[in-house]
Amino acid sequence: MRNPVAALLLGILIGVGGLYFVLPYDAAAVLAGRGTTPATAVETEPGAERSGAGETLRRVMRRGFLQCGVSQGLAGFSSPDERGRWSGIDVDYCRAIAAAIFGDGEKVRFRPLSAKDRFTALQSGEVDILSRNTTWTMSRDTQLGFDFAGVIYYDGQAFMVRKSSGITKAEQLAGATICTQTGTTTELNLADYFRGRGLDYRVLSFEKNDEAISAYDQGRCDGYTTDASGLYAERLKMQRPEDNIVLPEIISKEPLGPVIRQGDPQWADIARWTLSALLNAEELGITSKNIEEMRESENPLVRRLLGAEGSYGASVGLGPDWVIDIVRAVGNYGEIFERNVGVDTPLGIERGLNALWTDGGVMYAPPIR
Amino acid sequence: MQKPVKRGSGMGISWYNPRVRSIVYQAGVLAAVIAVVWFFTATAQENLERLNISTGFGFLDTTAGFGIIQTLIPYTEQSSYGRAFLVGLLNTLSVAVIGIVLSTMLGFIVGVARLSPNWLLSKIAAAYVEVMRNIPLLLQLFFWYFAVLRPLPGPAESIEALPGVFLSNRGLILPDPVLDAGAGLFFGALAAAVVTGFVLVRWARARQRATGQLFPALRVAAALIVVLPLLAWAIGGSPFHLEYATRGDFDFSGGVRLLPEFVALVLGLTLYTAAFIGEIVRAGILSVDRGQGEAAAALGLRDSTTLRLVVVPQALRLIVPPLTSQILNLTKNSSLAVAIAYPDLVAVFAGTVLNQTGQAIEVIAITMAVYLTLSLATSLAMNWYNARIALRER
Repeated sequence: MRNPVAALLLGILIGVGGLYFVLPYDAAAVLAGRGTTPATAVETEPGAERSGAGETLRRVMRRGFLQCGVSQGLAGFSSPDERGRWSGIDVDYCRAIAAAIFGDGEKVRFRPLSAKDRFTALQSGEVDILSRNTTWTMSRDTQLGFDFAGVIYYDGQAFMVRKSSGITKAEQLAGATICTQTGTTTELNLADYFRGRGLDYRVLSFEKNDEAISAYDQGRCDGYTTDASGLYAERLKMQRPEDNIVLPEIISKEPLGPVIRQGDPQWADIARWTLSALLNAEELGITSKNIEEMRESENPLVRRLLGAEGSYGASVGLGPDWVIDIVRAVGNYGEIFERNVGVDTPLGIERGLNALWTDGGVMYAPPIR
Repeated sequence: MQKPVKRGSGMGISWYNPRVRSIVYQAGVLAAVIAVVWFFTATAQENLERLNISTGFGFLDTTAGFGIIQTLIPYTEQSSYGRAFLVGLLNTLSVAVIGIVLSTMLGFIVGVARLSPNWLLSKIAAAYVEVMRNIPLLLQLFFWYFAVLRPLPGPAESIEALPGVFLSNRGLILPDPVLDAGAGLFFGALAAAVVTGFVLVRWARARQRATGQLFPALRVAAALIVVLPLLAWAIGGSPFHLEYATRGDFDFSGGVRLLPEFVALVLGLTLYTAAFIGEIVRAGILSVDRGQGEAAAALGLRDSTTLRLVVVPQALRLIVPPLTSQILNLTKNSSLAVAIAYPDLVAVFAGTVLNQTGQAIEVIAITMAVYLTLSLATSLAMNWYNARIALRER
């Protein structure tokens, strides 16, 4: 640099300029009490944007679509077909939210996340909601800065073994090697199960499910463990699915639910009440087929749910037809279940615990009134 | 303007003084760096607080609760996350050290083979290099892992190669050598032999330098290292016994076990890195002028002596610095272990522990610090070695 004055200015600019960006940042936070982040912070880390009440919804509306974190491919929950279209329970839940917001269940983009990366993706704001067969546990709820919107599927961890091994009970697995995926609650449940019974075991944790399955399939492990629903889904990927059986024991409680960041109560309400709307719709017999007739219903419960009475949609920043849009887009909870994992699908899972409370299950949604 | 003129500051405090100017530039850069670091730290801290994410390193003392398949130090589910970290670190180190030794040896063989006048040998070496270094390492790891697993029988039909040595898809299981009383004598003899051998070699070298007389020190030392411990073994009445693994319902218990994941990872890393090292060795040897070899031949040195005393020392000067990068690469590439379920540092600590605790920043910071430390330590050692073998101009 020839010109000394310009060089001096540059040096000072770099130094003081850096400080300039930092000082008002802290000062502003102190001045505003609760603090507002200046524009510089937002530009540097878009995900770390302050998500106060309503901020997430505003951001989603501005963007024009919902960013939804799903699994990398778990049949029945979230998996892309050969044309790249996603389907599954977790996927339909995100479509339901998109329908509630935009009136169009297609305004959602899916981001496949590994078990290991999912929480960081939500924390950093990369996704608006994590709908990825995630178990609701106290530590996740309290330590990671998350809220769970409820339970969309009651699952439990189980084992799959080869029929030829002659095993019929999980307790016979003493001394066995078990394959699983790392970064999930399954590793801990597995350890707890064997430790609690004083049994010996070996665990092989793979980063991706596909490798774990293929190692099990090649005989590296005696058993494979994950949530029961996942076992049925993964069994379809094996060389000879019929040679493997799922053991009857359920060794853990796995209430799977959608996850959102803490700090935006309105967004948490949208997530929670979308789930409730799906369940209430099933309870009241509202389906994607009869939705138009149901709009004329005289039943006050139906009228409130469908927005003919009261303004429940507006209370969470949505339009009055939000439930109608949801049901039109994906149907009610029962329809979602039967379409993706029900007895007529390759997975063939019974409703079981996931039936409505009126049908002997534990699905019980708070009423919309 | 008269000022006392100091050395190196011809013009006092003036912009035209290069010293002053450089100090101002450097102060500016330093301030910018500090500002950026401060900015990121403040932002991260703010966000963590706002999102109610707990921070700190207290989690390292918490009970881990999960199992690990290969532990070089005692570890149970009741051990802490800190202990799990150590287990992962040792698993990473064991793969890295074994991989470095094997790939350096194989790399030297490949590099020399490529320069061989034997057409077939040099073409095989060339094909090896081109295939290995052009296929992504992760694919190779999958290939080796599933290729190692596929032909191996289950534990029930395991191959018993020698009494107590079993080969199955659960790994290679060897009998565990257990020391009895009297083993101290054996180790004492071994240590004495090594020390004596070392002293002998130094003495022989000094004598050769002083008088020119040769003494076959290496051969004598090798004989010592074999014979002395054997004698001690015989005197102690073979103070070892082997504890054989027993076959359970599913698997073997006891014995020493070599996991297929470990074998596949070492195999993959070694074969991949050896291809690069082979090229480095070839370049190093080619860099030595032909005249050096001819001059050595003119002096009457044998081919093997020429290689050992003339070519290799000069080639090493060029080989060592890029070899260092390959060693660093191998250590870092060992983190691909998680793909084939080998419980290395990344799989255990940055995988399971991170997921169970959610302490992403702390866990990743520790993991990065470990790799940085390993890399810096390796570099330091290699630089020291490089300085020792560097050409000393007199």
